[in-house]
Amino acid sequence: MNIIVPVKLVPDLVEELSIDASGTNLDTAWLRLIINEFDDHAIEQSILLKERTGAHVTVLSTNVEGVDDLLFTAAAKGADRLIKFNGDFDSGVNNHALARAMANILKDLNPDLILTGVQANNDLDGSIGPLLAEYLGMPYVGYVSGVNVLGNIVSVRKEYPGGLIGEMEVTLPAVLGIQAAEQPPRYVAISKVRQMMKTINIDEQDLTGLDTLGGPIVKRLFQPEASGRAMMLSENAEEAARQMVAIFKELGTL
Amino acid sequence: MNPDIFVTIEHLRGKVSDISYVMLAAARELAKSTGGKVLAILLGHDAQNLAGNLYADQVLYADHATLADFNPEAYQKILVGIINEYKPRAVFFGHTTIGMDAVGGISAQLGLPLVSSVRSIGADSKLISQICGGKIMAECELPESTALITMVPGDYKPELGQSIQSPPVSSIPVQALDGLRITLKQYIEPETGDVDISKEPLLIAVGRGIQNQDNISLAEELAQEIGGVVCASRPVVDQGWLPSSRLVGKSGSTVKPKVYLAIGISGAPEHVEAITGSDVIIAINTDPAAPIFNIAKYGTTADLFDLVPALTDQIRNNKG
Amino acid sequence: MPERIDYWGIPLAWRPDLIVYSLMFLAAIILLVRFYRQGSLWWRVGRPEVRWNKIYIRIGRLIKYAIVQTRLLSQRYPGVMHIGLAWGFFAFFLGTALATIDSHFIKFLEGNPYLIYKFLLDVFTVFFLFGAVLAAYRRFIQRPPRLTLQFRFTISLLLITVIVLAGLTVESLRLAVERPTWALWSPVGWLLAQAWIASGVTEQSLTNWHIGLWGFHLLLAAITVATLPLSTLWHTLTGPLNIFFSQLDRPVGQLKPVAQNDQNAPIYVKSLQDLTWKQLLDGDACTECGRCQDVCPAHAAGTALSPKQYILSIRQALHRDGPILAADKDSTRAGKLKQLVGDEISQDVLWSCTTCGACVRECPVLIEHVDSIVDMRRQLVIEGQMDGMLQDALANLGRYGNSFGQSDRMRARWTQSVQPKIKDARREPVEYLWFVGDYASYNATLSEITQKTADVFRIAGLDYGILYDGERNAGNDVRRVGEEGLFELLFEKNKAVMEKSTYKAIITTDPHSYNTLKNEYQLDGVPVLHYTELLDQLISSGKLKLSKKTGYKVTFHDPCYLGRYNGIFDAPRHILTAAGCTLVEMPRNRERAFCCGAGGGRIWMEEGTVKERPSEARIHEAIGLDDVNIFVVACPKDLTMFRDAVKTTGQENRIVVKDIIELVSDAI
Repeated sequence: MNIIVPVKLVPDLVEELSIDASGTNLDTAWLRLIINEFDDHAIEQSILLKERTGAHVTVLSTNVEGVDDLLFTAAAKGADRLIKFNGDFDSGVNNHALARAMANILKDLNPDLILTGVQANNDLDGSIGPLLAEYLGMPYVGYVSGVNVLGNIVSVRKEYPGGLIGEMEVTLPAVLGIQAAEQPPRYVAISKVRQMMKTINIDEQDLTGLDTLGGPIVKRLFQPEASGRAMMLSENAEEAARQMVAIFKELGTL
Repeated sequence: MNPDIFVTIEHLRGKVSDISYVMLAAARELAKSTGGKVLAILLGHDAQNLAGNLYADQVLYADHATLADFNPEAYQKILVGIINEYKPRAVFFGHTTIGMDAVGGISAQLGLPLVSSVRSIGADSKLISQICGGKIMAECELPESTALITMVPGDYKPELGQSIQSPPVSSIPVQALDGLRITLKQYIEPETGDVDISKEPLLIAVGRGIQNQDNISLAEELAQEIGGVVCASRPVVDQGWLPSSRLVGKSGSTVKPKVYLAIGISGAPEHVEAITGSDVIIAINTDPAAPIFNIAKYGTTADLFDLVPALTDQIRNNKG
Repeated sequence: MPERIDYWGIPLAWRPDLIVYSLMFLAAIILLVRFYRQGSLWWRVGRPEVRWNKIYIRIGRLIKYAIVQTRLLSQRYPGVMHIGLAWGFFAFFLGTALATIDSHFIKFLEGNPYLIYKFLLDVFTVFFLFGAVLAAYRRFIQRPPRLTLQFRFTISLLLITVIVLAGLTVESLRLAVERPTWALWSPVGWLLAQAWIASGVTEQSLTNWHIGLWGFHLLLAAITVATLPLSTLWHTLTGPLNIFFSQLDRPVGQLKPVAQNDQNAPIYVKSLQDLTWKQLLDGDACTECGRCQDVCPAHAAGTALSPKQYILSIRQALHRDGPILAADKDSTRAGKLKQLVGDEISQDVLWSCTTCGACVRECPVLIEHVDSIVDMRRQLVIEGQMDGMLQDALANLGRYGNSFGQSDRMRARWTQSVQPKIKDARREPVEYLWFVGDYASYNATLSEITQKTADVFRIAGLDYGILYDGERNAGNDVRRVGEEGLFELLFEKNKAVMEKSTYKAIITTDPHSYNTLKNEYQLDGVPVLHYTELLDQLISSGKLKLSKKTGYKVTFHDPCYLGRYNGIFDAPRHILTAAGCTLVEMPRNRERAFCCGAGGGRIWMEEGTVKERPSEARIHEAIGLDDVNIFVVACPKDLTMFRDAVKTTGQENRIVVKDIIELVSDAI
């Protein structure tokens, strides 16, 4: 079984984010990029499926700073093939254009299953999964937190609010938007990643036909003003506890 | 061009979700700028009654057995037909497990622009989206041609999208829905814990800041002293430290307690959207920049490992 | 004239010399065969390792630990007990050797030399029997939990005691018959001889008994020799071997790197054959004394780890699987064996270790537990077998350079309130580079102490700077967790920043950072000082004047990585005296200080079920000291651990935990 996992790097929200002079892009000076959390889960789910069914896993991403480390880490976890796409990504290509261009290449890879994160924190024109599915003519189910391969269909657990799960069956080939893997993404020793750097190659492919058609026109980016701000209690634990007891009494909780 | 704004109504097992009302309120706002009407699209089976309190000028209702429950493929097929026929100015979808599954395919199939994660409508039909975990807002033009929009809650109260008068319902014909590649086999109920947190008046919530499973006992002890119930944000439940019946958030329960004590929770949008109905939110987080402080009424940066036991002690002594 | 007579009382026609030599020769052959069968497994199964360099130092160790047995004497009762038994046997062995030389080569056991010889042998007999009584009492009445109270140990004790008693009796029988004038030179034998004399038994009977008992003594001796590799006396050979081959190339604070095979691929310890022969010898050398177990904080806390059981599981695996592996490592039978790491020795056991080194310090035969545990952890890390909390900590260390997951830009936030601004060592040359460390930088409650330290440095007129956000976790505990790759990453980043800076020496308040910077960072002789060493220097040179005498009554907790690992004990004590404090030593102090439980990455792991946290036990120990209400520490992790422990044990009103810098500050 052939599984493909498109992944991407997104801004790390641990850092402070700021907007550049143009007002329409993030300031890259202090920007740290990390793997999209949901894509990390998609990689984990694909490795779990590989362990269960012996599938072949290909992980691919666009060639931006930090992509090598991302791909080698996936290989250290068990991915069999790594591909990075070369292209002009500086202007921040939107997901539609990316999906259109990628679909051509993915077609030739003959995937049975494509797993990708259900969304990413910097998506502005929807997430890439459903777009890829449409361009490839495959069905798509998102918010998936469990995948079981049953011959030429997959049974997936789709998350609904309130902890409700919808068990859906999807014919292969299909695209799934992963919300959570069946277990948290595993840790992989850095020495293993470094070993991968010596033993495995990253295939490169050119991504042609990238356009910005249909992308949202961003007029400006700005940081939200807090509509309100909490009344801050003491930093000292004992004092803060006293204040909270007083609040509880006032609210009638105590 | 047709100035009308369409809203895809989301419903689950006989109940319309709050996001539908939020979208109706936003659509109303947008319709003012475009000069059009607001039409709600309701897909279901024997579900006309759900149209009852929708604040819309008209409801387009499609009935089919397959539509009794959500099916991405079925929704895509029918919506594509509706959009092709009516060519509305914009169509709203929820930024949810239902809306997100349907909208992408439609956008790619029809070549229609899509703006996601929209939180509010600005002046001149601007769309204001929330990205990067809510840290950055993006203001976009309303695209030309039918614009597809996914909406997140937060800026419009659901009440604004509800109406006492029922809107007129028109039935629309449904083509055959055979050969679907996606089918719903069954629903799996969440593990019913001993408690239904959505009904609890006092919730003690733990987040990633609790660091490990053992430390949850600090929250349990506090909950016991104060008469509350422990619940959690996604990272805690993902690790298996608390059952999913205690999950508060987009994929878990939406809660409306009198008091919500958020311990070690940063305030990511997926969590926040489920607690905005709380009367009073009190947040404990050592990071003064944590977004939770923007919606909490009271907050402190004291270390939870000092504060929670101290609070438990003081409440205990208070009683005695 | 007094002289030694060969084979007294034995009819020469029986050729007693032939009997003795052939019997002992046979016993020796059997010993050698069995030794080879068991001992050869070490090098046939295990990987090679060079341990026979610096012969003189090794011989020195042999004398100190195997003959004088200094480590055993650290506990009085069992120390005296074992010295009695062991030195007794050294004496008898020497005695027999001398007798053999006297028999066949040079006759010198006559006259005064002979008398002294007899006297000493009798004295050692008393030592021995005293030791044997102590041993019996210990094994049957005291029954300390650290021992393995099984019959095979009793058999050994019985065997050697009966041999000695038989030997004594043989001597007494001869003396009862011969009644030489110099009999008093064998006082004990002569005393016993009185009993025979008084009994009125005939000389002939006495001589017959003598022959019988002599033969019995000989037989028992031969049996002891032949069964040595199978009995609990095996340690008499493996112990000294282990001591001889003990590690002396690296300082204790330096872990050995990951081994590489001929293709330069790393070798991780999955199974027996991945261990070196010395690590396998460690298993066989264990005497099951349990001293390591008694000082282990993980064991005291009730976790799965007992250093003794850990080493014994290596031995068990070696005895059971070794022969199969030695026969053919690639056989199908070998393939079906349980994996050592993870299956035989569970994850739980391996992750519970704090790497405090108390076990290594305590072991009488110099077993190197920590090295093997870290080796095995390296395999667990490769397999990803660790709890979620540790995974998160390592992921954070890799991405942000600290275990808290906070941005590297926040590292120097504690400096904002410090005036004047601390020099940036990356931009201007400084005399001292202060490597601050993660906990001192990021932990909100500890930054007060860090600021105070900066203050004291300023008052002392110290020219110092820090690396601001260029600093990363030094990696000491990352290495001890077994993540060598991550250690290399952090090491490279730190070295890169440090190489661009100009400084004469490095100082740090964190003993863990201190250990790795000093022993593992290859800094080409740049001195690395713990702040207690620095403060000691500043105080004694007069650069830092402590004019106020605090008059506090305090106790001091020696940090594992400062004291036990690097031998710094006096510097903090000098500081306390200079600050006018009266120091009352903890019952377990200096090299025997009891670890707080945070080391070896434990502070990054889930706690699991514990009987009593090591930090809490230590606080209880401190409370036992009358009138001492200040517990002084010199390590940021100690400060956090013990402050928590004081709270959880409810002792806030009885004792307070202070960093040594607070006392210095109070005394300025």
